Amino acid sequence: MSIAHLIKSFTLWEFVKAHALTLKYFFKPKATINYPFEKNPLSPRFRGEHALRRYPNGEERCIACKLCEAVCPAQAITIESEPREDGSRRTTRYDIDMTKCIFCGFCQEACPVDAIVEGPNFEYATETREELLYDKAKLLANGDKWERALAANLEADAPYR
Amino acid sequence: MSMQLEQSPTTGDEVITNYTINFGPQHPAAHGVLRMVMELDGEIIERIDPHVGLLHRGTEKLIEHKTYLQALPYFDRLDYCSPLCMEHSYVLAIEKLLNLEVPVRAQYLRVLFAELTRICNHMLNLGSHVMDVGAMTPNLWLFEIREDCLNFFERASGARMHAAWYRPGGVHQDVPLKLLTDIADWLDTRLPRLFEDAMSLVIDNRIFKQRNVDIAVVSKADAIAWGFSGPMIRAAGIPWDLRKSQPYDVYDRMDFEIPVGTASDCYDRFMVRVEEVRQSARIMKQCLAEMPEGPVSSTDRKVVPPKRGEMKQSMEALIHHFKLYTEGFHVPAGEVYVATESPKGEFGVYLVSDGSNKPYRCKIRPTAFSHLQAMDFMSKGHMLPDATAILGAIDVVFGECDR
Repeated sequence: MSIAHLIKSFTLWEFVKAHALTLKYFFKPKATINYPFEKNPLSPRFRGEHALRRYPNGEERCIACKLCEAVCPAQAITIESEPREDGSRRTTRYDIDMTKCIFCGFCQEACPVDAIVEGPNFEYATETREELLYDKAKLLANGDKWERALAANLEADAPYR
Repeated sequence: MSMQLEQSPTTGDEVITNYTINFGPQHPAAHGVLRMVMELDGEIIERIDPHVGLLHRGTEKLIEHKTYLQALPYFDRLDYCSPLCMEHSYVLAIEKLLNLEVPVRAQYLRVLFAELTRICNHMLNLGSHVMDVGAMTPNLWLFEIREDCLNFFERASGARMHAAWYRPGGVHQDVPLKLLTDIADWLDTRLPRLFEDAMSLVIDNRIFKQRNVDIAVVSKADAIAWGFSGPMIRAAGIPWDLRKSQPYDVYDRMDFEIPVGTASDCYDRFMVRVEEVRQSARIMKQCLAEMPEGPVSSTDRKVVPPKRGEMKQSMEALIHHFKLYTEGFHVPAGEVYVATESPKGEFGVYLVSDGSNKPYRCKIRPTAFSHLQAMDFMSKGHMLPDATAILGAIDVVFGECDR
C-alpha cells in the first residue's frame, strides 16, 4: 500500500470528495417538477386516452369498418353497427374497455378515417372501475373536448405516418 | 428430532436451530414479486429456494392466439425495463422466417434504440443496486438519465415504456426531425456528466466495496454450466456477447469493446454494466454519425402496411391495409430461434410457424430464469444482507422471468 493510498484511506478521502460533489448538486436547479401545476412536454405521437373524432361539419367520422376491433390485441373494443335512416353505415355501439386497453396504438394505426385516436390526455383516473368502461357518447365527448389538440397532433405527425 | 438437536450449533446451553424466512414477495429489495424461502443459520444463508411464477401472465399461450403483429406489444411487457430489446428478438425471428429484407436506416435506428434501451435499463439496475446496498443519491441522479431516455422513446414511438415501435420489416415510424440531433447532444453533454458524477460517488466508496467485493464469486466453469449470459457471464471473464459473436442488424459495422470482469463477484458485475453504458454511448454515436437516409420499413406490401397517404389514395393500398390489420400476414411454415443481447443477457425467441397468420408456438427464453436458479449456490455461506446485493447484481425483472 502506497503512502498516498494510506493517507487517502485515513482521511476518508472518497467520502470527502463525494460530499463535495453532492453539495455542488444541492445548489443546482432541481430536476423535479411541481406536477399538477407543471408538466413535461408531450410529443405529438403520445398515446393517451382515446377519443372518437368528428368531421368539421359535426358528422362523426367512424364508419363502423371494425378494423380497430379486429386489430386490438387486448380485445378491448366492441362495435355494433346498423345503417342509419339516411342509409349511411354507422355504429350503434362503440365501447372501449379502458381497463383492458394496453395503449399499443394499433386502433389509431388501423383506422382508415382517423376516427379513433389516442389523444394527449393521461389524467383520466376514476374512482370506480365502471367509469373506465367507455361508451360511444363518452368517446365522442372526448373527441369534442380534445379536437384542437388532436388535429394539431395529427397534422404535426402527418409527414411520418 | 433428538438427532437433529444434537447436531445443531450451540452457544453454551442455548440450542440454535436453523430457521426459515420469506424474502418477498412484497419486499422492496426483491425487485418485483420474487419470493425466496431462505433457510438461515443465524445470519448466514444455508439455502435459498426462489419461488417464481407470481407474475405469470401466460404470455406464450396468449401469443398463440394473436396474429404476429398483435403479439408484438406483449413483448414490451416481458422485461419492462428494456422493452425495445424484447421486441428486437421477436421481429428478427419473424424476419428470419419470412426471409425479409430490412432497409439499412431501419437497422441503424433499431441498433440506436436498442443501445438507448440498454443505457435506460442499466440506469435502473445500477441505481437500484447501489440502493440495495444502502446508497441513495446515485439512484436519484441515474433516474434523471432514465427520464431523458424515456422522453426519447416517447418522441419516437408515442409511449414512454411500451413502445411497440419495432415492427417486422423495420420500425413503425421514422424518428422526428430533431430527435437524432437531440440524442447526439445528450450523448455529448448530459449523459457523461450525470453518469460519471453518479458513478464517482460509489465505485471507490469503501462501504460499497465492502458490500460487493468477493460476494457471490462464480467460477468460469460454473458460469457456463448454469447458463449465464450477458453481464453475468462477462463478469466471470468470458467475453461472450451476441452482438459480437453472432451480429444482427448492423452490429457488425459497429466498433465497440466487450468489458469483462476478473473476480466474478458482485462488484465486477456492477463495473461491467458501468462500462457497457459507456460502450453503448459509443455505439450510439457511431449510429448517429453513419445514419443513412431512406425508408424505415420494408416495402413488401404483403407484410408491412402502406403509408397513410398512399392508403387513402390507392385502392390496392387500402386493400392491403385492411388485410394486414385484420388477418395479418402469413408466415411460411418453419421454426426459428433468434437470440439477441438484451441488457440482461441472451434473450431468445423460438418461433414455430405452421404457415398461418398466428404463431403455432412461441417459446421465450428469459435471461433472469437461468440466473435466478444460480441464486442458491451463489448465496450459500453469505450473510442475509448480501442476498440483496447478489439479487441486485443479477438484474432480475419478473415480467420476463415469469412471462
